[in-house]
Amino acid sequence: MKNLTVSASPHVRSSETVTGIMLDVIIALVPSLVASVILFGFRSLLVTAVCVASCVVFEFAARKIMKRDVTIGDLSAVVTGLLLAFNLPVSIPLWMCLVGSFFAIVVVKQFFGGIGQNFVNPAIGGRIVMLVSFSSAMTTWTEPLTWRNGVDAATTATPLSILKSFDGAISSDLPSLWQMFLGIRGGCLGEVSALALLIGGFYLLARKVIKPTIPLCFVGTVAVIMLIAGKGDFTFVAYELLSGGLLLGAIFMATDYSTSPITTKGKILFGIGCGVITSVIRLFANLPEGVSYSIILMNILVPHIEALTTPKPFGTVKEKKNKEEAAS
Amino acid sequence: MAEKKSLGKEFSKGLIRENPVLRLVLGTCPTLAVTTSVTNAIGMGVAATIVLVCSNIVISALRKVIPSKVRIPAYIVIIASFVTIVQLLVKAFVPALDTALGAFLPLIVVNCIILGRAEAFASKNTVLYSAVDGLGMGVGFTAALCLMGTCREILGAGTFLNGIQDLLVLFGDNVLGGWNGFDFNGGLSAVGLQPITLFILPAGGFFVFGILMALANKIAAGKGKPKAELHGCAHCPMAGSCAKYAAENETCEEKKEEVAS
Repeated sequence: MKNLTVSASPHVRSSETVTGIMLDVIIALVPSLVASVILFGFRSLLVTAVCVASCVVFEFAARKIMKRDVTIGDLSAVVTGLLLAFNLPVSIPLWMCLVGSFFAIVVVKQFFGGIGQNFVNPAIGGRIVMLVSFSSAMTTWTEPLTWRNGVDAATTATPLSILKSFDGAISSDLPSLWQMFLGIRGGCLGEVSALALLIGGFYLLARKVIKPTIPLCFVGTVAVIMLIAGKGDFTFVAYELLSGGLLLGAIFMATDYSTSPITTKGKILFGIGCGVITSVIRLFANLPEGVSYSIILMNILVPHIEALTTPKPFGTVKEKKNKEEAAS
Repeated sequence: MAEKKSLGKEFSKGLIRENPVLRLVLGTCPTLAVTTSVTNAIGMGVAATIVLVCSNIVISALRKVIPSKVRIPAYIVIIASFVTIVQLLVKAFVPALDTALGAFLPLIVVNCIILGRAEAFASKNTVLYSAVDGLGMGVGFTAALCLMGTCREILGAGTFLNGIQDLLVLFGDNVLGGWNGFDFNGGLSAVGLQPITLFILPAGGFFVFGILMALANKIAAGKGKPKAELHGCAHCPMAGSCAKYAAENETCEEKKEEVAS
């Protein structure tokens, strides 16, 4: 009996660590980074490096000033920096990246207590601050693959802004679906290549870092609504799914642990909500893209979704019935 | 009561320790709405201060006449009269400020700071103290607005004291020699920077407001009453109904009794 030790729960521990999970996410983001360098040139690597470095430095400085343990070792700041950079156009001035990183790390994350305490996804928070503050710089899109020719100012429209004027026929200005899938289109660094994002997504699924519930519900809801809006035109649906930041948002941002529900029912609600808001913004609002706003809005609703979907412990009865029984 | 108070204290408490905006969180609606520029902030602050001092004086003078059951309507009538006077004066002499503040000028009537001071201070204190209290609160309000306006205008619009000439039009058409505030936008764009528009939007207002509140709390934490230091069980909110805590306290008292005896 000497081998038995008495201790408090939990008794079964997993070998998973925060650092390990974050490392998996970083690995899953590498294909998109490679794609962005191929498509937009080495400046995309520079933008990413600035975002990652500034996020790590801000996290370190904020923790030091607040006299808390320094947590840059868990790599979560690196992931935030990568995701923030993936949400920016390649031509963004570098000092704006610093503003975005500051908001993402210091305001959204550290003011609320650091990792696991952030009320919305830090990268999306940073992106929205930049989008609101520097709207022209944030919507200047560079034509992909033109960097090889040394052309600086080849700007282009995103497929979404072309799709905005959809009137039953697919515009000839749009890239082909195959180009859309590979990412040869205007857009943010990490959102353009659906292929690279899907590779990363399947890696995360295989490593069981994310569950497929939220991405499937999110993308599925957008597909259904766009099918109705496009009057059954599947090409339109395919364009909508491949354009904008839908895949990046659905796979990497909506699945953030601290800002998505724990319960499966909650995840389904969360995904559907994101999809509905994205579609409504894309179809009816002035903005061409709504993925980041939809995720941030649903992030804020997460505590309420969890309160709604708390599972009932086995064997318990509703309180109302108890009262009735007591009355009878 | 009145002997213990000093006029200086009544004035200075409104600046930081009981700053109406940053510490008491009153009057946040005009605070967030008009602080997009320092000029508007000064105009709003001065207008509110005048109303605050005047209404405090009249209400404290009438505090024994007004029956307590109808005191709120009576206060509102007094405040509204002063607001109307200020509003008409602003319309006549500083029309640009009237345009800039819009509905927020007449809305001083329902500004919580003014009604709050009337209810909490002027209705219980003498005329002199009420006037000083009103002045201190008004200066605190103006200072908080200016601070917020400075942060938001410089960061969000790249200007400082923009349109100050419109505010000083009272003293002549060209009182500052044609100078109408700083404009950093030229210098900023020369080095490739631009203002962060977020700060003049409502979201940026809340952001600056939150940071300034945190700073004011930090500064005020060292002043005023020392915090009761609680350790162990006394810290627990359940201490009142906790058997263990009661038992421990009992032993303490018993020990004291033992020592005393």
